[in-house]
Amino acid sequence: MLKDKDRIFQNLYNDQGPDIASSLKRGDWVGTKDLIEKGRDWIINEVKTSQLRGRGGAGFPTGLKWSFAPKEVGSRPHYLVINGDESEPGTCKDRDILRFEPHKLIEGCLIAAYAVQAHVCYIYIRGEYFIDGEKLQAAINEAYEKKLIGKNAAGTGWDLDIYIHYGAGAYICGEETALLESIEGKKGQPRLKPPFPALIGLYGCPTIINNVETIAVVPTVLRRGGEWFASLGREKNTGTKIFCISGNVNNPCNVEEEMSIPLKELIEVHAGGVIGGWDNLQAVIPGGSSMPLIPKKKCETLTMDFDSLMAEKSGLGTAGIVVINKDQDIIKCMARIARFYKHESCGQCTPCREGSGWMWRMLERMAEGKASKDEIEMLGDVTNQIAGHTICAFGEGSSWPVQGLLRHFKKEIEERNNLDLIVEKKNNIPYLVDQHLLDKKNA
Amino acid sequence: MSLRRPAKDQPQTFEFNSSSLEAANTIVSKYPSGKQQSAVMALLYIAQKQNNNWIPLAAMKCIAKFLDMPYIKVYEVATFYTMYNLSPVGKYFVQVCTTTPCMIRGANKLVEACKEKIAENETVLSNDKSCSWMEVECLGACVNAPMMQINDDYYEDLDKEKTLEILDKILKGETPKAGSYRGRVNNEPENNRKTLMDLKNA
Repeated sequence: MLKDKDRIFQNLYNDQGPDIASSLKRGDWVGTKDLIEKGRDWIINEVKTSQLRGRGGAGFPTGLKWSFAPKEVGSRPHYLVINGDESEPGTCKDRDILRFEPHKLIEGCLIAAYAVQAHVCYIYIRGEYFIDGEKLQAAINEAYEKKLIGKNAAGTGWDLDIYIHYGAGAYICGEETALLESIEGKKGQPRLKPPFPALIGLYGCPTIINNVETIAVVPTVLRRGGEWFASLGREKNTGTKIFCISGNVNNPCNVEEEMSIPLKELIEVHAGGVIGGWDNLQAVIPGGSSMPLIPKKKCETLTMDFDSLMAEKSGLGTAGIVVINKDQDIIKCMARIARFYKHESCGQCTPCREGSGWMWRMLERMAEGKASKDEIEMLGDVTNQIAGHTICAFGEGSSWPVQGLLRHFKKEIEERNNLDLIVEKKNNIPYLVDQHLLDKKNA
Repeated sequence: MSLRRPAKDQPQTFEFNSSSLEAANTIVSKYPSGKQQSAVMALLYIAQKQNNNWIPLAAMKCIAKFLDMPYIKVYEVATFYTMYNLSPVGKYFVQVCTTTPCMIRGANKLVEACKEKIAENETVLSNDKSCSWMEVECLGACVNAPMMQINDDYYEDLDKEKTLEILDKILKGETPKAGSYRGRVNNEPENNRKTLMDLKNA
């Protein structure tokens, strides 16, 4: 288990209070000026040394992302945008940072804004977190009063203004370019990349977008050194991470742990074990709903980091772990996730807009045992038509959990769904053509 | 995508009152000059708050004029985002999360409670017109599942009985206490905390 002194979020459970006085006691805002005076290159190098990877889901190296910001500020100002749209089912870590450790985030904003030469930072918070956003706003006000941000922030000579922008219930706005569209006052539909936001982002200006947790760990990383952060976890999967353990466990909780911790330790030690005992475990969704599930037999030895989960054809994502025990109907669970994506598809790309609803309807029927034999293959085919054919990764994300289900629980679906084909299959006809129409003359 | 359509009965006019107007001007000042369109989302919230929790078409026209942008662009935003209520939802708007992490911990019991206390169907006002309920997608409090949101507040770690108690209170016009209903502190592992114990006991 990670030693308490190596935990970055000391106030994760709000034992001390989120206000500025308590935050100062915890070491926030100590020597911020000295860190910034070491210069941009030092900051970015130290973040690179720490091998910090983005905590929002994609796991992109943070230092590298910052280095994409133009070295000189041209006619267009630079922006820093913080992604606090946390909407991935199974994830609730950013909420705790917003309400209990806001000063870590604000200090991180100042350091990051200096590193990428931004004078304005927007923090995008999902609309449902209004109360938590108010708490962050209170902390921002405190920081302004103490002259930690604003003109000559924290005595560094750098000016920084931080504003909160609330979302309004759209999952897709967690996608960075959809989020920018949303800040610009449009509906949140992702942009084509390239151009990447680092060059053309908010209002067409260079913009760096980071997750709340990524930015909130930066001050501690710089203070204790990139080497310290890199010494935790393993190569390329370093540092600590807040894991959210929900679902069928005895003590669902958020906990900060070392990267690469065994999944079994997280569940057994921190979350009080699976309801009904370890043998009652059916499957685990390791990183938020879009990550393919992992069946029990692999959970025994699985370690939680980006690369080891990738090797299992899943991903760490946001580290929102949903534990599903044998009392649950796994097909129903995945059907509900499919309904989530059907509801949240922004409608821009046809494969996701139509495919997400199609997958949902099929899965609902499969959960009830009302699907015919051929539909299992058709479901797999629909997922393949979505994956890789949408503008953003979230569209593909709708197909991954279904692919995971087909990979590990195909037998269960087949046993339950044994109806004969409605129409005899014609093998020479390409995929995805509606077989019913082909039976009609002149169709 | 979700289906969203404006209410049939629409008020003819809408004007920001003085406190809304002040809030709106503060919001606009957050964004660079010429980029006032960015304020549309916040202004829709302000209109919603002023107008008993829902946004009439007249308010969208008012916002379009205020921000100097086409009405249809405001309409587009208001119909895209699900937190803008396009028809009356009552003084207390109950949103029950039923996405998988809540579902496997019994969110359907919360839905049952809403059906018993408020109305058989979603988005239908209760008999006294004071509240309505709706199933929503993940509200981001998964380790406190099952949970629901009433207006801005989160009610966590619920079961059917506790939900019924909460709904009884709002039907009487009271505002129940937000947070966990199993008495646990925030997101810590209940009775099983093994980290940062020095701070807990401090």
